[in-house]
Amino acid sequence: MNDHSTTAGLSEQGMRVQLRVNGERVDREVLVRQHLVDFLREDLGLTGSHLGCEHGVCGACSVLLDGELVRGCLTLAVQAQGKQVQTIEGLSDSGELAVLQQAFLEHNAMQCGFCTPGMLLTALSLMKEDSEPSRETIRAYISGNYCRCTGYQAIVDAIETAISRSKAQGALS
Amino acid sequence: MKAPSFAYQKAANLEEAMQLMHQHGDGARLLAGGQSLLPALNLRLTHPQWLIDIAGLDELRGERLKGSVLEVAALSTHRELMQSDLVMRHVPLLALAVPYVAHAAIRNRGTIGGSLALADPAAEYPAVALACAASMRLKSVRGERMVAAADYFQGLYQTALASDEILCAVEFPVAQPGERFGFQELARRHGDYAMAGLAARGQWGEDGKLQALHLAFFALGDRPVLAQKAASCLIGQSIEPMTIRHAQEALDQDLTPPDDLQARAATKLHWAKVLLGRVLAEMALDKGASSDE
Amino acid sequence: MNARSELPVQTSDQSKLQNGYIGQSIPRSGAKRLLQGRGTYLDDIRLPRLAHVAFFRSPHAHARIKSLTLDNARKQAGVIAVFNGQDVAAFCSAWVGVLGHLKGIKSAAQHAVAVDRVCWQGEAVAAVIAESRRQAEDALDFIEAEWELLPVVTDMRDALAGHSVIHPELGDNICFHRELKTEGFEAAWASADVVVEKTYRFGRHTGVCNEPRAILADYNPAEHSLTVYHATQAPNMMQDIFSRHLNIPESNIRVICKDVGGSFGIKVHVYPDEMATAALSVMLRRPVKFQADRAESFVTDIHAREHEATVRLACKRDGQIVAFDLEDLTAIGPYSVYPRTSGIEGNQVVNLTGGPYRHLQYRAKLDVVFTNKNVTCQYRAVGHPIAVALTEGIVDEAARSLDMDPAEFRRINLIADDQYPYSFPSGIKFEKLSHHQCLDRLLALMDYEGLRKQQAALREQGVYRGIGLAAMIEVTNPSPAFYGVGGARISAQDGATIRLDPAGMIQVLVSVTEQGQGTEAVFAQIAATAVGVSIDKVRVMTGDTAVTPYGGGTWASRGAGIGGEAVLQAGKALRSNMLDVAAAILQLDKASLDVRHNAVISKLSGELKLEISELGRIAYFRPDTLPMGFQSELTVTRHYTPREYGFTFTNGMQASLVEVDIDTGFVKLLKHWCVEDCGTVINPMLVDEQIRGGIVQGIGGAMLEECLYTDDGQLLNGSMADYLVPMSAEMPDIVVDHVQTPTRSSELGAKGAGEAGTAGAPAAIMNAINDALAPLGANLSTQPFTPERVLQALGKVA
Repeated sequence: MNDHSTTAGLSEQGMRVQLRVNGERVDREVLVRQHLVDFLREDLGLTGSHLGCEHGVCGACSVLLDGELVRGCLTLAVQAQGKQVQTIEGLSDSGELAVLQQAFLEHNAMQCGFCTPGMLLTALSLMKEDSEPSRETIRAYISGNYCRCTGYQAIVDAIETAISRSKAQGALS
Repeated sequence: MKAPSFAYQKAANLEEAMQLMHQHGDGARLLAGGQSLLPALNLRLTHPQWLIDIAGLDELRGERLKGSVLEVAALSTHRELMQSDLVMRHVPLLALAVPYVAHAAIRNRGTIGGSLALADPAAEYPAVALACAASMRLKSVRGERMVAAADYFQGLYQTALASDEILCAVEFPVAQPGERFGFQELARRHGDYAMAGLAARGQWGEDGKLQALHLAFFALGDRPVLAQKAASCLIGQSIEPMTIRHAQEALDQDLTPPDDLQARAATKLHWAKVLLGRVLAEMALDKGASSDE
Repeated sequence: MNARSELPVQTSDQSKLQNGYIGQSIPRSGAKRLLQGRGTYLDDIRLPRLAHVAFFRSPHAHARIKSLTLDNARKQAGVIAVFNGQDVAAFCSAWVGVLGHLKGIKSAAQHAVAVDRVCWQGEAVAAVIAESRRQAEDALDFIEAEWELLPVVTDMRDALAGHSVIHPELGDNICFHRELKTEGFEAAWASADVVVEKTYRFGRHTGVCNEPRAILADYNPAEHSLTVYHATQAPNMMQDIFSRHLNIPESNIRVICKDVGGSFGIKVHVYPDEMATAALSVMLRRPVKFQADRAESFVTDIHAREHEATVRLACKRDGQIVAFDLEDLTAIGPYSVYPRTSGIEGNQVVNLTGGPYRHLQYRAKLDVVFTNKNVTCQYRAVGHPIAVALTEGIVDEAARSLDMDPAEFRRINLIADDQYPYSFPSGIKFEKLSHHQCLDRLLALMDYEGLRKQQAALREQGVYRGIGLAAMIEVTNPSPAFYGVGGARISAQDGATIRLDPAGMIQVLVSVTEQGQGTEAVFAQIAATAVGVSIDKVRVMTGDTAVTPYGGGTWASRGAGIGGEAVLQAGKALRSNMLDVAAAILQLDKASLDVRHNAVISKLSGELKLEISELGRIAYFRPDTLPMGFQSELTVTRHYTPREYGFTFTNGMQASLVEVDIDTGFVKLLKHWCVEDCGTVINPMLVDEQIRGGIVQGIGGAMLEECLYTDDGQLLNGSMADYLVPMSAEMPDIVVDHVQTPTRSSELGAKGAGEAGTAGAPAAIMNAINDALAPLGANLSTQPFTPERVLQALGKVA
């Protein structure tokens, strides 16, 4: 039945964690079992990263950890010790997502918006790695982000638009 | 679903990690990339008492060419493997497999050590390790040992790892002249676990005939399986429709896949045969990868 | 073949636009916050003393609760309370999901938390409320339950046979039975030259909204009032239901919908765990939040579409359809879901099968049976995917048996565009459809002839491509005929309040809700057009029962057609009232004035007479300067309900191009087309994106999605890893085009569009696969069309 004999009597372990979130220094006590997105949402009030499955499949929880795209639900908050976390809020305020966000808006690449932060961060990650992805490559790259509303085509279109605009601005090599 | 409580310790070095593993035994799990462990925790499928975090151990990073083997340290992430020239050149089969592993976000964190320690029957690396006759370096407070892939994968999610052992590195024999590699898998969606897969390594002679062939099938049993009867059909032969067909028929003796949610055994066996034909054809045309690339 | 869609043309210069903003693809300004992660979804909301609930759920599909020990759970860290079904029942009354217009429908009483007995795996048996969700989940492990296992019914034929009856007091497992037969059926059938018959199976599947279900109930004991933040589509319906079942006066209940992460019908139903959450807030006198996680979503969000149906088509040798004959068996859960009932889906299948085609004779039989699997209810396109697949599948069979091109067969039989209004044998009435125009447009768009030639050429090379067509009709803009007539307190009318604010902006409050489809944007376009202001001056608010008018919310593709009409009428009325004020200010004849682009102008000369911000200033702050006896009325409310037709039907035509790998059984979706007639299109971009999203959702059910159960009612694949939803790499680009036949039942002329994509996609896909495999004598009729099923059809595996 339930293996609660192993959890019985286990008290909550907390741990101090120091990191940067969207450029701000954060110094908090966290529960060791708390994952990064719960920490962001519950402790820091950054609710832009969403929880769609909590087992790493839907991508709604995507954040950047030391500049790399990760699933926030598959990262313990304590694993972010000493690292730099960037969320949708921070990347919006810094302007790094501006071209993508404008393209998404124009193509209606978001409907309910729940997958959108994760989708934008994934698209940003793609643009950093590949300056000329084919449509097929775009579809493959975002294939770890679940969207139920759009059917994906508008998102692919928006990413293509963002890439060509970024190139025109000279922002992509 | 929120993870259950556990105690957590970040190991300062490998020594400490081994000590902690020895101390806590079955109650401890290693945390590396966490891409398989955290889903299990979040779904409350596992209730470890201790998490020993080894993700920061630099001694477990990197790829090193050591004579005739490429040593890939356990904490090499899928992404690092994808970008590694050493892997591309010396273990082409691994390079062929990496793009099939999940998605970018997972590849940024997940490690080869984690994948091989979990030994999911539908995962890519166990089959690559088997096809390449790789060896795993296992370490504990009791010492170090090398375990060949053929002995390492022992059952469903079961490996040779003792409860206090840490998989530190995988040694892949480097690709030899005349070797060619092929890799294909069938999955419903890009990045999914395979429903059937094949990692193949073949050694061709100057006469265009096969001198050696290693066919490691995955997602078709409780662990990767070397199809020895099918391979032996082809030794001394060249790849052509008739020899492929013989090998496909021989697969009936090599593989007994289980039914699963996606397909019944008969279907999986059928896929295995199709994959065999396609991978062999690819290798024959030198279309997969070879030591010469 | 696939390329980025051109960005839609937008014009912000309103003076150049005949129809104002109607017909313009304007981006949703309401999406900006979503793009920055600055929306407010239910789980984002925090309140003081907020408690969290987790439910102890039955591991068994059917069992009596012998004992339930909660004491240990109560002692766990952070736990505030633990309650069982009886505790909650004292605060929340049970319900039965039946309606009067589904003759003979029956169901058993259902509690918020199970009392005495559980009837499906996942049913809530106890509620743990704690300071945090994780602590509540920890405490679940300390609940001890003893069960007496009861017989489990999972097979629909077994359920129908009734060897084991789930609710003995009901006598059998039949929730709803319906039969109909037109008078001349037998004679017509006998006169037919050709009869084709096929049995189709549809796998049960579910919505998988990105945001799982969520509710936050906040009871104020001082006022005996309840504020509920709820990810729901129908806040007024929920207001009524909370009121009646929690015994709180209706107007003491406030339901607020903020951003909702997708719904698709999943979030329009009453869920026991959500009702329990509301009751818990009352019981504990503090706010309680329930955020379902993905695992519990899979076992408790409504499932849908589990059918086994045999359809027959009788036609003449020349291809003219004479009659359809249908037998549909569908398995729901152990309860008919409240309040819309689980009989509607099957009822729709009976109503709609044969829909696009001219025929007078029809016979149908429907059985909706209870099983011990999760409950089922209305999910996007309710019944249509089944009805369209049955119809379009059998139509293709008939065409094949007559060696006729499937487009040609349809051409012969589609109701002619000038035959309206048309009364259909199942009893429904069509105002005006455009099947032939859609077919013409579709065949041209996809280059049907060209694709056929290419198909033939590729077949020579052993490449098997298939082309599948699907004609469809879709129910939208429902009147009370859908639910109200059955006794449900579900409103089929909607209202819009529109107000000029002093600084010259427009506030629009509408009773239709927003879950991402863009209703708020559409209403802004209509309001701006109706009043005569630029769209940046418009703010739209939905989903707050204390603020927005009373209405139906979102379901059955009614938002644009019904809510939009209310907005239009309210906007026109406001414009008129503004001109009354302007006339009073300017001392000019009202008839000589108009509102255009944020100003009152002279109709004749176009001269600007008064900025509306100035009008606002005077009306609100200086009414002393206006003529004696004059009162400004700058807030107007209008309501609208469709009257002439019970539903406004839309029509469309879809096509799918696939390539089948006959060795692996894998089907590659190369491309998809949809020509849709949804009447006046207010925002083409938003409509097209709804259609695309709907098509991909339909593809999910056709190719990938199935809730797999064991014989003893255990869900096998309740995770995102095992339940396969469409992801981007396998989905085709989708070409969308329109024919526009406005409905005359409203001034706006807009019909609904949200579900059309899902209605037709499975049929188009199935027909394409079968078209690809026809030369090999293989045929599929069981969804989802997995590679294994393709191989089985080809005889390559047993």
